[in-house]
Amino acid sequence: MEETVKTRVIVKLKESVLDPQGQAIMQLLEQRGYKGITDVRVGKLIEFELEGVTAEQGAAMLNEVADKLLANPVIETFRIDAL
Amino acid sequence: MSIALITFPGSNCDRDCFHALHNVVGAPVHSVFHKETDLGQCSGVLVPGGFSYGDYLRAGALAKISPIMPAIKRFADAGGPVLGICNGFQILCEAGLLPGALMLNRKLQFISRWVGMRVENSNTIFTNQLWEGQIVRMPMAHAEGNFTTDPVTLAEIIANKQIVFKYVEPVREDAPEGNPNGSTLSIAGLTNARGNVLGMMPHPDRAAEAILGSTDGVPIFRAFAEAARSANSIGTLA
Repeated sequence: MEETVKTRVIVKLKESVLDPQGQAIMQLLEQRGYKGITDVRVGKLIEFELEGVTAEQGAAMLNEVADKLLANPVIETFRIDAL
Repeated sequence: MSIALITFPGSNCDRDCFHALHNVVGAPVHSVFHKETDLGQCSGVLVPGGFSYGDYLRAGALAKISPIMPAIKRFADAGGPVLGICNGFQILCEAGLLPGALMLNRKLQFISRWVGMRVENSNTIFTNQLWEGQIVRMPMAHAEGNFTTDPVTLAEIIANKQIVFKYVEPVREDAPEGNPNGSTLSIAGLTNARGNVLGMMPHPDRAAEAILGSTDGVPIFRAFAEAARSANSIGTLA
């Protein structure tokens, strides 16, 4: 039986890029009395299920997919969870 | 030789652009579906507005890996004129044919209204029928038009005179720069370094006839059609 491997790609805005969604969330939380939050940044979490590939192949493929599609290198960075 | 008008699933300004090119400007134009891999006998490429692939992931992101994109890249690399409007601009940025990225508008809203733009560079194949400093008026309709790039690229864009349009508000020549969406330097439209690819967020296709409230988009389509006419047969290489 083929083993299904689950992993996740996390896409984040670069630190240098202003995140209007994060700013809106932080401002609202401040208004609602939540103390101590100094920054909020919104990213994306993309889950994958893989079958019939080795961990190495899967990692290489997802690295390519994330680099070419999931993250825009102008504004974003990505990280892939270990397979 | 005619202008290839690209339709992605979710494109919704392709008919408007077809009308503007074919009926208003009288330019030859043919439709190319995103699943095709060549542009046909093509002397110009128009990537219209809309919501290609539902704007999933990021506006323009999925379109960049669609089957037709390699042909568009080859055509642009060969120096062929390419115009991207609204979602077309987003797609061209995602595909790397234009610098930078178009992020979510600063106030997170979809903005749909008339806006003014000042012509910053009239020495391009797209704006040579306008004059520098001219204010043109056309509708904007987008949620992701907040142009962003790194400081090094921005310096290059300025040095190369790639900024073609900046937002102005109110719509008059002595108006200060306006900034409806948070765009860096109020950029509303820019070219690549070579000058053969233009992306713009506002819609010349919605300002192409008096009945629409403005004809300011017409000189842009006319200039683009003229550039396509003189671009000869480079499209057959694509």
